[in-house]
Amino acid sequence: MSAGEVTAEPPLAAAPPPSGEPGRFGRYAAGAVFLAPALFLLVVWMVYPAVYTIVRSFFGQSGYLGHWVGIANYKRLFTTATLTTAIKNNAIWVAVVPALVTAIGLIFAVLTERVRWAVAFKTVVFLPMAISAFATGVTWRIMYQQDPGLGAINALSRSVADAFNPSGVLSNALPSTPALQAKGGGLVLKTPLAPGGVALLGVTGIAPRDVPKGAVQAVRPAPKPGDVVGTVWRDFKPGGGKPGVVEKGELGLPGVTVDLRTTAGKVVKSTKTKADGTFDFRNVAAGSYRADIGAQTFAKPFGGFSWLGPRLITPSLLIAYIWIWAGFSMVVIGAGLAAMPREVLEAARTDGATEWQVFRRVTVPLLAPVLSVVFITMIINVLKVFDLVISLAPESTQANANVIALAMWRTAFGGVNDFGTGSAIAVFLFLLVIPVLALNIRRFKREV
Amino acid sequence: MRSRLIRGLGIAALIVPLAAFAAGSGSAARNGAAGAQKAQTHAAVSGTVTFDGIWTGAEAKAFRKVIAAFNKVYPNVKINYKPVGNNVPTVLATAIAGGHPPDMADIAQPGLVKQFADQGHLKPITYAKPVIAKNFAPAWQQLGTYNGKLYALVFKAANKSILWYNVPAFKAAGVTAPKTWAQMLKVAKTLRASGTPAYSIGGADGWTLTDLFENLYLRTYGPAAYNALSAHKVKWTSKSVINVLKMMRQVLGDSANLAGGTSGALQYGFNDSVTNAFATPPKAAMVFEGDFVAGVILSSTKAKPGTGFNAAPFPVTNPKSPGANGVEIGGDLFVTFRDTPAIRAFVKFLSTAPAANAWAKLGGFGTGNKYVKPSIYPDAITRATEAPISTAKSVVFDMSDQQPASFGSTTGQGEWGIFQQFLKNPKNVTGIAKKLEAAATAAYKKSK
Repeated sequence: MSAGEVTAEPPLAAAPPPSGEPGRFGRYAAGAVFLAPALFLLVVWMVYPAVYTIVRSFFGQSGYLGHWVGIANYKRLFTTATLTTAIKNNAIWVAVVPALVTAIGLIFAVLTERVRWAVAFKTVVFLPMAISAFATGVTWRIMYQQDPGLGAINALSRSVADAFNPSGVLSNALPSTPALQAKGGGLVLKTPLAPGGVALLGVTGIAPRDVPKGAVQAVRPAPKPGDVVGTVWRDFKPGGGKPGVVEKGELGLPGVTVDLRTTAGKVVKSTKTKADGTFDFRNVAAGSYRADIGAQTFAKPFGGFSWLGPRLITPSLLIAYIWIWAGFSMVVIGAGLAAMPREVLEAARTDGATEWQVFRRVTVPLLAPVLSVVFITMIINVLKVFDLVISLAPESTQANANVIALAMWRTAFGGVNDFGTGSAIAVFLFLLVIPVLALNIRRFKREV
Repeated sequence: MRSRLIRGLGIAALIVPLAAFAAGSGSAARNGAAGAQKAQTHAAVSGTVTFDGIWTGAEAKAFRKVIAAFNKVYPNVKINYKPVGNNVPTVLATAIAGGHPPDMADIAQPGLVKQFADQGHLKPITYAKPVIAKNFAPAWQQLGTYNGKLYALVFKAANKSILWYNVPAFKAAGVTAPKTWAQMLKVAKTLRASGTPAYSIGGADGWTLTDLFENLYLRTYGPAAYNALSAHKVKWTSKSVINVLKMMRQVLGDSANLAGGTSGALQYGFNDSVTNAFATPPKAAMVFEGDFVAGVILSSTKAKPGTGFNAAPFPVTNPKSPGANGVEIGGDLFVTFRDTPAIRAFVKFLSTAPAANAWAKLGGFGTGNKYVKPSIYPDAITRATEAPISTAKSVVFDMSDQQPASFGSTTGQGEWGIFQQFLKNPKNVTGIAKKLEAAATAAYKKSK
């Protein structure tokens, strides 16, 4: 039914010219013949789809047209949470990216005028433009990974964090019996101790490869009069073993700091465990004590920032996008700078203007047309952003990172196949772009 | 849809390496081929059948083997297989809108088959009923029946009720593959104590979470309740859903027992969840997902079948349930848009064992056909994952494939998005159930 209409339309558009005197007719005919191929393509690929999309946006979910639903699709645009998030995000994009890209481009362009390796510098800054946005997205997604072992940015953050907050010997450990309880990041043995007592501090959750080097079979020390003795060991053997009992095949944990505290919490003595996990607080005065393993033993290694998580995903996308487009902006502004009359700058300098004044009062105003071209181009680009979002944001946060173009694609083709609402989103996006486009076209006309 | 892509990649990788294990299956394969040759050839039936399918690469090659087996019996019917890739729903929706659907297509979403059947685009395959009844258990005929008419043949099925485990990690913890849910929770605890987190969750892909929910629901409440929930005849706020969400929380609620913790689990996709569990050293010990996991293990880790990784049936949650040993499948539904003698011949042939055998011996293929012998599968692991499909007492489709796409299978929306919120904060079970119910209500209302 529909394919017929598609092929039927072009001849209509390229209708025979109005009849007139033969000379004029011939001229029209020649013009029409030359125009026909372009017109044909324009109608098939631009006019027909655009008109169809606008018509389609007033109809239901599936089929060539579906049923008439009026403006229900447009209402849905502003009431569905995922779509309003997309609109909100696009607003953030428009507010941040064009201004920053233009500013960064301007700074780079002005500075490269004065450095020696300008060409090399410009090439490096421009390079991201040569990479497809999809590949950029994949690359940045890897760099943003939360696991510092995978993501370059968090690896960098970790090397800083580790300098201030080193991770402990037993960062994953858990207590093996309820007698041992987590407290303030460390583990404390709830059973009161007195001189002659034995403290058994069993921990689990340590992979064999994470057991400190030099560990040997754990030993349960014999009580010594006047001393508080004990052992810290990996209370696990295949199958689980008996919690709280030192068994054959269970390793001691050397190098763990154990504190002896009064019931009020004051540290009386502190010692480190031996290769078999044992420790010995000598000559302890009579009284009731608690033994604990300090928090520093369990300090978790820096886990990384969640760049790709729901909260940071849009800023992360903006950074990657600006990284791509800064080079474009720099090159265009640089060209404008090169075309600028030098004598004006010289005159300003001769009149005693500082470099900042020259930049602020002469360079920027003279560059204004170029800056606005970059700015407007970026607004249009940003409104249409799609590829970077779909490739960079993991699926679990794509709803948080949603933008209009992505929402359109998801709604129309991403499984829902709701062509009606999809068309409505497309029309909405088109309406957003039109004013900016009109501005640009007017500017072109003026310049011509 | 996404799961299809990954499964496709996984299986493409699976077919090649596992072929090396194919010793011993050669004779069975030859028998199958001989059986087909002995059959009478039907030269009288002639014509062309166009077929749009998902399979590309190795899978397309395997399907061409099936076509070759068909052509031995029907030499004058030409099958034009067109690999459309992952976009079958979109391609078909546009082809139907344009008035030129293919003769046959392979659709992975039962929801889409229902939609096409409702809209009157499909032709019933009642003529194949006797052949299907002879080769398949009645449940399989049910899977292809919509509005009382048989429209689809489930030619290929993927078993999604599998627990994959890291053999060395299980050995180090001294545990064996759990058979019941209670055993599974105990094993998980022991694994954690041994220093390897138990679960590897690919939470960035929402469908891995819905698959876990669906397996628990099927096995606890049986296929009737499962199908009622799939059709939204049972509310998502009902007691059964709440109970299953609570079981899910036993897995997702313990951040320390997930690979990468909760925030890591949200960023790892399905592929990461597999490599995390089978890398050396492993980040976790178990993955709940379908038979296609094997392909990912073989292509992206060094783990070897048997010694490095192994598969066990999904744990039994409720031995009294009619779905105690039920299997959740991802199915390829073959549908017809026209009715010609050539199409009839092909559909009938596809319902028989020689058609299934042609692909089964290559691996990466499961079927409900009871005449496909387990010995035809190329290796022990494939046999363990595929043989239960034809013997299971209850078989159901992936629930999210049956629901309206905006609820069941759209990134960041509906079920996928809400289960990701659940993973992020597993405390609020009733709140999640309410959100699911609200999203389901909206989606089902719209799809009507």
